[in-house]
Parts: sequence; C-alpha cells; structure tokens
Amino acid sequence: MRIRKLATTAMAGFLLLAASACGGDGGSGDGPAAQSGAPKTLTYWASNQGPSLEADQEILKPELDRFKKETGIEVKVEVVPWADLLNRILAATTSGQGPDVLNIGNTWSASLQATGAFVPFDDALLGKLGGKERFLGPSLAATGAQGQPPAAIPIYGMTYGLMYNKKMFADAGIDGPPKTWDEFIETGKKLTKDGKWGLAVEGASVTENAHHAFIFGQQHGADPFDASGKPQFDSDKQVAATKQFLDLMAVHKIVNPSNAEYGNGTQAVQDFTSGKAGMLMWQSIASSAKAAGMGEDEYGVAPIPLPDPAQGGKQVNGMVAGINLAIFKSSRNQDAAVEFAKFMTSKQTQQNLNKAYGSLPTVNDAYDDPAFQTEHIKAFQQILATTAAPLPQVPEESQYETLVGTAMNELFADVASGKPVSEAQIKAKLTEANEKMLAGS
Amino acid sequence: MVASTTPRPGARRGSGSPEGGPPRSGGRGPGRVAALIPVRLRRLGLPYLLILPAIVLELLIHVVPMLVGMWMSFLKLTQFFVRNWSAAPSAGLANYEIAVDFDSAVGSSLLRSFVVTVAFTVLAVGLCWLLGTAAAVLMQGSFRGRGVLRTLFLTPYALPAYAGVITWSFMFQRDSGLVNHILVEQSGLLDERPFWLIGGNSFVALLVTYVWRVWPFAFLVLMAGVQNISDDLYEASAIDGAGWWRQLRSITLPMLRPVNQVVVLVLFLWTFNDFNTPYVLFGKSAPEEADLISIHIYQSSFVTWNFGSGSAMSVLLLLFLLLVTAVYLVATSRRRTRA
Repeated sequence: MRIRKLATTAMAGFLLLAASACGGDGGSGDGPAAQSGAPKTLTYWASNQGPSLEADQEILKPELDRFKKETGIEVKVEVVPWADLLNRILAATTSGQGPDVLNIGNTWSASLQATGAFVPFDDALLGKLGGKERFLGPSLAATGAQGQPPAAIPIYGMTYGLMYNKKMFADAGIDGPPKTWDEFIETGKKLTKDGKWGLAVEGASVTENAHHAFIFGQQHGADPFDASGKPQFDSDKQVAATKQFLDLMAVHKIVNPSNAEYGNGTQAVQDFTSGKAGMLMWQSIASSAKAAGMGEDEYGVAPIPLPDPAQGGKQVNGMVAGINLAIFKSSRNQDAAVEFAKFMTSKQTQQNLNKAYGSLPTVNDAYDDPAFQTEHIKAFQQILATTAAPLPQVPEESQYETLVGTAMNELFADVASGKPVSEAQIKAKLTEANEKMLAGS
Repeated sequence: MVASTTPRPGARRGSGSPEGGPPRSGGRGPGRVAALIPVRLRRLGLPYLLILPAIVLELLIHVVPMLVGMWMSFLKLTQFFVRNWSAAPSAGLANYEIAVDFDSAVGSSLLRSFVVTVAFTVLAVGLCWLLGTAAAVLMQGSFRGRGVLRTLFLTPYALPAYAGVITWSFMFQRDSGLVNHILVEQSGLLDERPFWLIGGNSFVALLVTYVWRVWPFAFLVLMAGVQNISDDLYEASAIDGAGWWRQLRSITLPMLRPVNQVVVLVLFLWTFNDFNTPYVLFGKSAPEEADLISIHIYQSSFVTWNFGSGSAMSVLLLLFLLLVTAVYLVATSRRRTRA
C-alpha cells in the first residue's frame, strides 16, 4: 500500500514538473503580445565611462528620467565593466538573450557587425536620427566595415592624449609637455623621484595595451593586417614599437613596475589623479579627475609625441576611440530602441552626457555649447581631426585586440619582475598571437 | 558514502512482500488502470518510476548540453555563425587536430596549461586532504571550544567564492596588499616587494587561495567519517598498548579509507575543473604560470571567437577526466576488496 502511494506521489510530482515546464514555454511564447499593452521597458547595457559603475549610474539617471518623461519608455540600465563587456555581448549574441540597446567600444564595430547581431543603421534608420550628415566624420568611420551600413552609431567621441600634472611639472622645473620621445623620456626621468613616477600605464589591461600597441605600431609604420586582411602582428616594425613602449618601464624606468598589475581600467588614472604619476596617455579623464578632486586647471592635455618624420612611419598619435550605440536584432522593442537611439544622439543628451564624461559630442550641432570650447576638449578635437587613425575595421579586430593585448600583458609581467625582455622574446610572443589568430580563422 | 544506502533489488523484494501483502487485496482502491499492469512489472517498474524525474532532469541539465558541446566540437563555429550555429559548416576533426598539434601555438599553450593544471591539482588535492585529515583527527576528542573552532574552519567554505577570492586578490596586490605588508614591512623577511598576481608567484597565490577555499570540504567530510569510528576500537587498542600514532595508522586511517576514496576523487575533479578561483583572482587573462585548463579553454574560445575549437578542447578534457576517474575507481575498489 505504501509503495503504491509513493508511486502515485512520484508520478504526480513528475507530471507537475512536466506541466510547469510546458507552462514556462507557453509563457515566453506569449511574451510580445502581453507586452504590447503594458508600459514599455528597455534594457540598456552601458559601458563604464566614469570613475566607477555607480558614478555612471548617477550620470545616466537624469537623462533616462528625461527620456521616460518624453516618451513614457522606462530604461533599465546596467553598467558593464570593460573587462566583461565583450564577453557579455558575445554570450548575448549566442543565446539571443540580451539587452535591447547597448554600448560597444567603437573598435569592435566590424567584428560584432559580422555576427549579424545588431540592427544595421541603413539610410532610412539614420534618417530618423537626423541623417548621416549630422555625425562627426572620424567617429562615423569607426562604425563597421566599409561599404556596409553602420552596425552602431557613435555617441561619445574620444581619442588619446597626453595628460600631465601641471604642479608636478612646475616643481620639477619642466616648462611644458614633451614634444618628442627623447623629451618625453627626459621629462619622465625628472618626474621619477621620491616614490613618484613619470608615467602611469595600465599594464594588465588588454584593451589599453592593444590600443598602445596600435598607436606605437603606426608610428613605426606597422599595420596589424596586410592588404589582403592577413594578420601580421609580429612584423619587425611592430616588435620595435612594442619594445619602445615596454622600455618606458624596462629601460628608462619612468613607470612604476607595479603598474604591470593594473588591469581594471581605473588604477592608472587613479595614480595620475592622486599625483603618484606625472603623466598619463589616456582618453578623457574628466569625470575621474572631478571625482578625485583634481581641478580641470590642474592638468593639461597635449598630443602624445609624434615620431621624427625622418624615421619613417606615420604621423599618428591617437586612435579614433569612442563609444557606439547598437540595437540588438533580437530585441522585442525595436521601435522603443530606435526612439532611445534618437534620444541619445539628440543635441541635448549629447551635450549633457559628453560634458559629464569630458568626451566629444559625435553630432555637429552639439558643439555650440561653450562647454566644448575648453582647452582640453579643443586639444582632443584637434588630435581626433588630424593625427588619429581608426583601428582596422575588419571582422577580426576584436580578436586582434585580445590576442595582442594579452601578449603585452605577459610581456609587462616579465618586465616588472625584472626579467630582461629582448626583441626576440617580444617577437616570439607576437608570433604566438599571430598563429592563434590564423588558427581561429 | 556513495551507494551504500541503496539495498540490493533482491533484498527489497524480500522485505517488501510481508508488508505489501497479496496484490489483489491492494488492487481495490486506486483504480483500474493500475490493476491492468501485472504485479511483477509494477514491482519491477517502481524503482525506475521513482528515479524517472531525476533521470529526466539529469538529461536536461547535464547530458543534453554535453552532447550539444560534443556536436559543436565538430563545427567551424566562428563569429559568423554564433547567432545561428546550426548553420555553421562542419569542421570534421580539424578542431581536434589543432588542439593536439603541440607544435602550433594553440596546441603548445594547451599542453602547457595542462601541465600547470596537473601540478596544481596534485598539490592542491594533497594539501586539502592533509589539512582536512589533520584537523578532523585533532578534533576527534571533545574539548572546550570545539564547536567554535569547527565553525571557524568551515567559514571559507561557507563564504561565496567570489567574496573570498576577491579579498585574496586585494591582499596579494604588490603595493597595497596585506601579504607584502607583512612580508616586507612588518617582518622584514623580504627586502623587495614581490609580485603575486603576475609572474611565477601567481601559481603560489592561486594555490594558497584555492586550498584556503576548499580544504574545509575535506575537513567536513573526514570529520563525519572520524566521528563514526567506534570508541571501542580505540579502547581495545589502548589496552593492547597502542599509542596515538599507532592508533592513527592502524585504526583511523584504515577506517577512513572509503571516505578518503570519495573525498580525493571529488577534490580531484573539482580542482582540475576549477574556473572561479583563477577567474576572480586574475581577471580576464590569467598569467601563464597559473593558467588552469578550464580558464584556458574559456579564454581560447572567447579570444578567437572559435567556439568549435573550445568545445573540442573541452571534450578532450572530459575524456581525460573520465579516464582518470575510471582508473582510480578500479584501482581503489580492487584494493579495498583485497583488504
């Protein structure tokens, strides 16, 4: 008797389970229909632009509130740290379970475009945002492969500059920012004393390292991919460029070896804003400086030194950096997502957010605000317009960043632990990255 | 610990009959459908019916994803197909060929990661077991504060892995970490601040963090085993003049053998597959010296966006673990029957 009862209970339990599983299925199938009547909600993954994830939430909140007021659409925002963003996007692409709208690093545009996960911004869609002409040229060039409609639209524009601490410069008797690499090293050496260092770098950050590998590579005339699209990460020119960057720590000793441990994208900035290092090659640090209590007049923005033209190479000292906004194809709220893209590229929002982050508006009509006529912004604008090069807009770009960035992390680790790093070792690491790229294609 | 509670089918049938009674008398109530199934079949089918929900869930949660993973390992699953991976072209055995070609960059780094993982596993399992056994044995007799100590020992195991490991990662920082503060400034053992999160020391950092996190599991299980050993054995041996060491070697350890068999196996599988500790400790790119195989596979498939290749490596890992487990179980149970 007891056995039978048990059997019945087990059976009932199983049936219940099966039923609830079916119920789950039915529920998700009904989703869109059920949602259309209710107030709309968008999920938005924002990238980490400010000094912390919380700070970003605070900066975005008033804008999202305004969006809700204007359209009735609520935006649930999640700020994703840089170390996770690409993987999160990839996972969302694979599973089809992602946000409605999201920020991407503009260098990933072509790679993510190749997955087909994003809604392409064709002329009709761009028309809704006010047309292609509204957008800044260099920023619009970093939105996907040439000849295809942009996979994402630029919302924050940026490039690399050399920040320098004015007081530390004055104390060390330095007149102004260095203009050549020799001057740069000399300046760094003057600043390096009493536990303070000439330059701060983010030595364990894949992204930062990859960007510097690119910028220094360009100065030596190296391109990551040849004309036919084949990777050539280990060209002699790139090896020389990588060595030049590593030598700032290894040979010239103007970088604190501890920087080889920095990897979350905020530590080098903190070293700079807290006066532990006198120089920093970075994108805008406005919001971080403000949070650290460093006034805008306490530091200057100058171009990163250019190579001697006689040496060959390109006159490049920055990359076209920035943030693009993309809409997921799997989003059930396409209309609301377009509405949000329109809002984020509107003059008012562009002015508010770019002011808060110290970045450059990506639409021309936003520049009439005097906030974008400051020295810092003008310096960045000048670099972006004249000496910044976009990273290659090819599907393999994000793999390039990860592979070369990781190789640089390992090299920095070697340098920091006092191992001598020769050109042969650099070449071996970069060749390994190159081979992995080839094996994956 | 594993299957000892399940009685053999014969035993159950014997014990079931006096209580269940003749089938006809029981067949009255619960309906005609049940009555149509022959008694024998009903009896035989019951155990299977009872574990059916578990089997279905097991299939759903473990077996199906595993099979999908195996299928993926034969595909050229790159960024162009991640959205609709049923459209990915077949790769044949190419993914496996790349993974085991130890002259190539991919294969050689996989091999290096495998060697690191083996060394790490041997050391970590050994240390966890040693610490767990020592603590369990020392806490065998009751004394004041035993409960408090036990709770304290179990704390690392009860903490969420992330919280524990992230704290270690702060402690291991070169300039502001507690470890260097103690080694360099407080005790003066070292003159120069070493790196712990990059370079060669990262292996030690990973090992310490992992053992700290996992040894309480060994302690917990072994403690339960130790508590089960009858006091009579110790009393009898004491009368025969056996000292503490002799008791440990001739009573405690042999009596713990079945528990040890399971603990070591489970620790081995966990450690070999561990992902959380290195991921939280080192972030996106683990240093080569501490590049455990799970995180290596994850990275190499996410780095090149080639999930077929990552799946192939996972399948190889699965085969290796299956092999080790089988050999281990055969070897240890044979020894047990002989003893």
